[in-house]
Amino acid sequence: MQDTLSFVARFVAALPHSQALGMQAETISEGLAVLTMPYDARLIGDTETGVIHGGAVSALMDTAASVAVLSHPAAGGIMATMNLRIDYMRPATPGQTLRARAECHHVTRSVAFIRAVATDDDESRPVAMATGAFTIGAA
Amino acid sequence: MKRPEAVHVVKQRREALLRGLVDGVPYISFLGMRFDRHGDELTAILPYHDGLIGNPMLPALHGGATAAFLEVTALIELAWSTLWEGVEAEGAVPGGPLRLPKTIDFTVDYLRPGLPRDAYARARVNRSGRRYASVHVEAWQDNRARLFAQATGHFLMPTD
Repeated sequence: MQDTLSFVARFVAALPHSQALGMQAETISEGLAVLTMPYDARLIGDTETGVIHGGAVSALMDTAASVAVLSHPAAGGIMATMNLRIDYMRPATPGQTLRARAECHHVTRSVAFIRAVATDDDESRPVAMATGAFTIGAA
Repeated sequence: MKRPEAVHVVKQRREALLRGLVDGVPYISFLGMRFDRHGDELTAILPYHDGLIGNPMLPALHGGATAAFLEVTALIELAWSTLWEGVEAEGAVPGGPLRLPKTIDFTVDYLRPGLPRDAYARARVNRSGRRYASVHVEAWQDNRARLFAQATGHFLMPTD
């Protein structure tokens, strides 16, 4: 299992779009992933407020969810996002690193279901939450 | 009847409004997106570059890049269509920064893998009230009829 997990960590580091957004894997265990994304002025969604664009938060959630699916013992192999719903609860505080914690809570032969939460420094008040389904197994 | 405005005046004003909206969102240039405008119709374009790839083994566009592309398209279309009438009636773009709606929720359906090539998207405002709006957006690559992703989002309108 350790081999699988270090493979997954290397996998995150090799995703060009995730790399461009500065994402890093913080914790990976079976069916669970915590990824961080540092604040970056290029990702601002509104110059008036300096708040990171929702699209960048989506990318972080999607990547964390993918990693949670990949690291689940019953999944593995080829995988693609089928749907992802994100609720934006509050603007992320400018200047703070975002952290997404994704959990793959159920896996069938062909579908993996995930839940994810994104927070900034104030972990008691989530910035966004996501639920989604991923196709797994042979394409 | 009032004489129609010169075409270059009309175009300058509309381009200025679009630029004002796009310049307020630095993330649009991070993605490398731009908008084509025909009258009031906007088409978002995401020119392919390697930084958009998710899995390099396939290779396919990152689901997050696709989601971001759709969300930006929905947001700009909503702001654009809300401001259009006033700007056309006034004959001028409002001074000062343009206020953007805020995303409440956004749901993306991934219909087929995003190929490593240019992508296009158009959004439709299905409901636009004083406080909330519901926007649907479709994205395609080679064939307009073969969508690779679609999404629906709810937005909170800026208050004056």
